[in-house]
Amino acid sequence: MKLMIAIIQPYKLEEVKQELYKAGVNLITVSEVLGHGRQKGVTEVYRGAKETGNLLRKVRLEIAVNDNFVEPTVNAVLKGARTGETGDGKIFILNMEECVRIRTGETGSDAIG
Amino acid sequence: MNSGDTAFVMFSAALVMLMTPGLAFFYGGMVRRKNVLGVLMQCMIILCLLSIQWVLFGYSLSFAPQKGFWGGFAWLGLRGVGLEPFAAYAPTIPHQAFMIFQAMFAIITPALIIGAFAERMKFSAFLLFALLWATFVYDPVCHWVWGIGGWLKNMGALDFAGGTVVHINAGIAALVTAVVIGKRKNLDNNTPIPHNMPFVVLGTGLLWFGWFGFNAGSALAANGLAVNAFVVTNTAAAAGGLSWALIDWIRNGKPTVFGTASGIVAGLVAITPGAGYVNVTSALAIGFLVSLFCFIAVGVIKPKFGYDDSLDAFGVHCVGGIWGALATGLFASKTVNPAGADGLFYGNPGQFFIQLFAVLITVVYAFLATFAIYKLVDFIVGVRVNEKDELMGLDISQHRERAYAIIE
Repeated sequence: MKLMIAIIQPYKLEEVKQELYKAGVNLITVSEVLGHGRQKGVTEVYRGAKETGNLLRKVRLEIAVNDNFVEPTVNAVLKGARTGETGDGKIFILNMEECVRIRTGETGSDAIG
Repeated sequence: MNSGDTAFVMFSAALVMLMTPGLAFFYGGMVRRKNVLGVLMQCMIILCLLSIQWVLFGYSLSFAPQKGFWGGFAWLGLRGVGLEPFAAYAPTIPHQAFMIFQAMFAIITPALIIGAFAERMKFSAFLLFALLWATFVYDPVCHWVWGIGGWLKNMGALDFAGGTVVHINAGIAALVTAVVIGKRKNLDNNTPIPHNMPFVVLGTGLLWFGWFGFNAGSALAANGLAVNAFVVTNTAAAAGGLSWALIDWIRNGKPTVFGTASGIVAGLVAITPGAGYVNVTSALAIGFLVSLFCFIAVGVIKPKFGYDDSLDAFGVHCVGGIWGALATGLFASKTVNPAGADGLFYGNPGQFFIQLFAVLITVVYAFLATFAIYKLVDFIVGVRVNEKDELMGLDISQHRERAYAIIE
């Protein structure tokens, strides 16, 4: 079992969601986050004063998958989120020790799907 | 010159001015978070742009006394529009008081159309569209209905505070722009929901408040007729809101805040043309029924035809405006306003057909002229934002600002 954390451009969320659905991945958790990588990003202007904060808005996806779903999930995120420009984001893949479905108490692979 | 009337009309002009920021919040709450500044900006810039258009040439085109397509150029730059009354429009207040009161109507009308193409129009295209539309659609229609020598006015069409000039005009423009610009992206997968419902309610409150200036102020004097307009306006707004809430409750299981707010605005729209001609019982009927018609337009007709009138500018303003204009032909009574006319229910069926004719003329003209202006603007600057800008939202792509911080 893996836990995938993907950081993507906010405006790509809809496309990534559609790609994930196509790949048969329906469970995701989404949050709005701030962060920065190498990109400079869009500067915002408030009444003429340039705001040069280097934290940019990103969307963070958390997706728990069984091992055989890792590759399709990665491909779906790449397909939906990639523009080829800096700022497209990252995917982190972590080993996941356990998963418990609260409603039934099931654990392990069964609890993911 | 009457100081009471002058004070009243100036105050009414200020009330109507507040409706445009009110509309900004009404619409701004309905759009997604990434587009709220885009809507607020469109409303505020219209306030700036058309205030200037109006004093330079808009007022002259609309109200200078001349028969024809426009009022002409006699009052360009307010030449000859002074501080003495101009009796044919308002005998007891300075001419400039009438001018500035009318300015606020010219400003809010194009702002109403924003609801149709919200979340996808380029800002530069919007500026050009608003200026051309005000000049070539609002100004002539305003002249026909309200100006000296206006042919619809001479025919006897009744429009107390702008059912045809403001609401049908803007509502038809809304339909045309919504259809031609096309649907927003990703609508099928992800139905956009209003990002801030309290803003919608705030906007509704400001609109209701401002509408007293819009309708009562249209009496152009602090008199009984103004009081009649005030009372019927409040009554129709209340009836519209209550009626929509009930329809929601019966049809969808819950009375919604959004529906109630829409019903209030629909009631206000519908009473506008008749505010100075109908009594309070008629206002109840006009208000209760308008929500039914608008509900059908918004909830049944729009999904069936599939046009994306994002915030229902057509469904509420055009449908409500047409009902209001026709209802004026049904319910108008000389007992309310001896200078008006009797409607169908008071023994004068002819008035209904005059109203119907004025509605049809406005619909046809606004339809054709809006289409032509849209195509011209599209040719010059391109109307729609590109796909990436639309997905990122108008706030960041058009104004490089965001409405809300997440972490400071």
